[in-house]
Amino acid sequence: MNELVFFVNNVVIAGSVTGAIYAIGAIGVTLIFSIMRFAHFAHADMMTFGAFMVLVLTTAFPGIGMGIGVPTAIVMLPIAMLLTALLAVGIDKTFYKPLRAHGVKPIVMVIASLGVTLILQGLIRLFAGTGGQGLYVDDRKAIFRMLPFEDVRVPIVITEPQVYLFGITLLAVIALHLFLSRSRLGKAMRAMSDNPELAQASGINTNTIVAVTWVIAGGLAAIAGTLLSLDVTFKPDLSFFLLLPIFAAAIVGGVGHPYGAVAGGFVVGFAETLAVFNWAVLLRPFRDSLPTWLELPSNLAFVGTEYKIVVPFFILVAILVWRPTGIFKGKVI
Amino acid sequence: MPLIEARDVYGGYGGMNILNGVDMSLEADEVGVIVGPNGAGKSTLLKAVFGLLHVNQGDILLHGKPIQNLPPHQLVERGMGFVPQEKNVFPSLTVQENLEMGAFLKPQNVKRMLGQVYEFFPPLQEKRHQPAGELSGGQRQMVAMGRALMAEPSLLLLDEPTAGLSPLYMNEIFDRVKHINAAGVGILMVEQNAKQALAIADKGFVLAAGQNRFTDTGAALLADPDVAKSFLGG
Repeated sequence: MNELVFFVNNVVIAGSVTGAIYAIGAIGVTLIFSIMRFAHFAHADMMTFGAFMVLVLTTAFPGIGMGIGVPTAIVMLPIAMLLTALLAVGIDKTFYKPLRAHGVKPIVMVIASLGVTLILQGLIRLFAGTGGQGLYVDDRKAIFRMLPFEDVRVPIVITEPQVYLFGITLLAVIALHLFLSRSRLGKAMRAMSDNPELAQASGINTNTIVAVTWVIAGGLAAIAGTLLSLDVTFKPDLSFFLLLPIFAAAIVGGVGHPYGAVAGGFVVGFAETLAVFNWAVLLRPFRDSLPTWLELPSNLAFVGTEYKIVVPFFILVAILVWRPTGIFKGKVI
Repeated sequence: MPLIEARDVYGGYGGMNILNGVDMSLEADEVGVIVGPNGAGKSTLLKAVFGLLHVNQGDILLHGKPIQNLPPHQLVERGMGFVPQEKNVFPSLTVQENLEMGAFLKPQNVKRMLGQVYEFFPPLQEKRHQPAGELSGGQRQMVAMGRALMAEPSLLLLDEPTAGLSPLYMNEIFDRVKHINAAGVGILMVEQNAKQALAIADKGFVLAAGQNRFTDTGAALLADPDVAKSFLGG
């Protein structure tokens, strides 16, 4: 039974955590692509910016959360979402809008977003330094330990930020679903993604839709970046290293499909954790029934943890080669 | 005052003129049909009216006010609806969502106009929760026309509404066009099925090489042996 708990901790929980963060990041990437038709590489640094705003606000007012029993960082998250949304709209106005007005090719936008990545990373490093900093400033990270069965020694471990991560991810996905399926602007967003010329001919102001897209993408980026930094620590390049898995998730789900991005996020997240999981642990209880010539190695993982990044890369290449439209038949990048 | 008027319009893509001095005028309650051989500039004229193409010279007037080179969403606000020939629905949106998008600028009208559009196109009501991309060509055309009607236009522009439809649907669409016109909407359409279209037209414009060749009532054009010989296939 201890082995099962080990599996739950290292695959079920760890996979859900990674998957949820990839999912929120991938929704933003996929929305931006479906409205503006380019791969927004600066998305990860918008995540970092959101987390950085939370860090700044939490450092400035460390005690606020204590009074209501919520980590201060979570209290500050809505403000950080707003600020990141403003940043996203500002970046669009300054860098992407003039390029769109010239009718440039998507690759030009992609390169521009690479430039934005460098600007954002540099600016954040300038103010935050390069080291890691915890987003728990005054409050302490609560860790919940549960013993599911009587005779186990190892508990199932889940931390407070992980609980918030699952809750907020669920909330964000439901809110996005309601927005896209019920609201006038949400439907107009889907319409523009389907057929931009016809959206314009229907009287939909496409500039408004573009701005709304950046607000949503910025808000979601702040959520993903903050929850990631809460779970580990804040670092200026933490989110940047998630860029590849996030794009893999968006492509696996079918670019342009928000629900596909959620599915893709969890597929990539679980693929990563399953690939680095030490399967020998699960086989150990059956050691006695194995034939004597079969020696069970101590580590039986597909890839070592240090090579985890290979997994989304492999998935990305495999999907692009065999099913370039993703699981939900998205657009081909 | 005519509902829509084009005076000596020159226009085209990238400096090249496709329209070489076209005149066209339509009263408020009329059906106007633009016919002519391929490459005559029929669709180009329609696109010029809807601001999708640069007018280099001449005037286009809606209710007597110049509108040439205004962006499409401003023309929708001024009472113009446009149904493109291809890609004229939002395939992943449901039929009803497609229609709602047509009334994007007038959200307070959605309920009332939905009722009216479903009256014009009864088959759409039962399909209202189905994605428009799953419909047949004829039903898509109905969704496209319904979408444009949602904004309560005074002028509806139709670019080859019967292209690729079976004869059964073709008659259905012409029939609907008459109904919509009877409800007080002026209609300007480009048609390949010239004989059937001219039969319901108050005014017909026969274009060739970007210029007016014949302009008359639909009935007169149908009766004219010259028009019949050169443009209606005998």
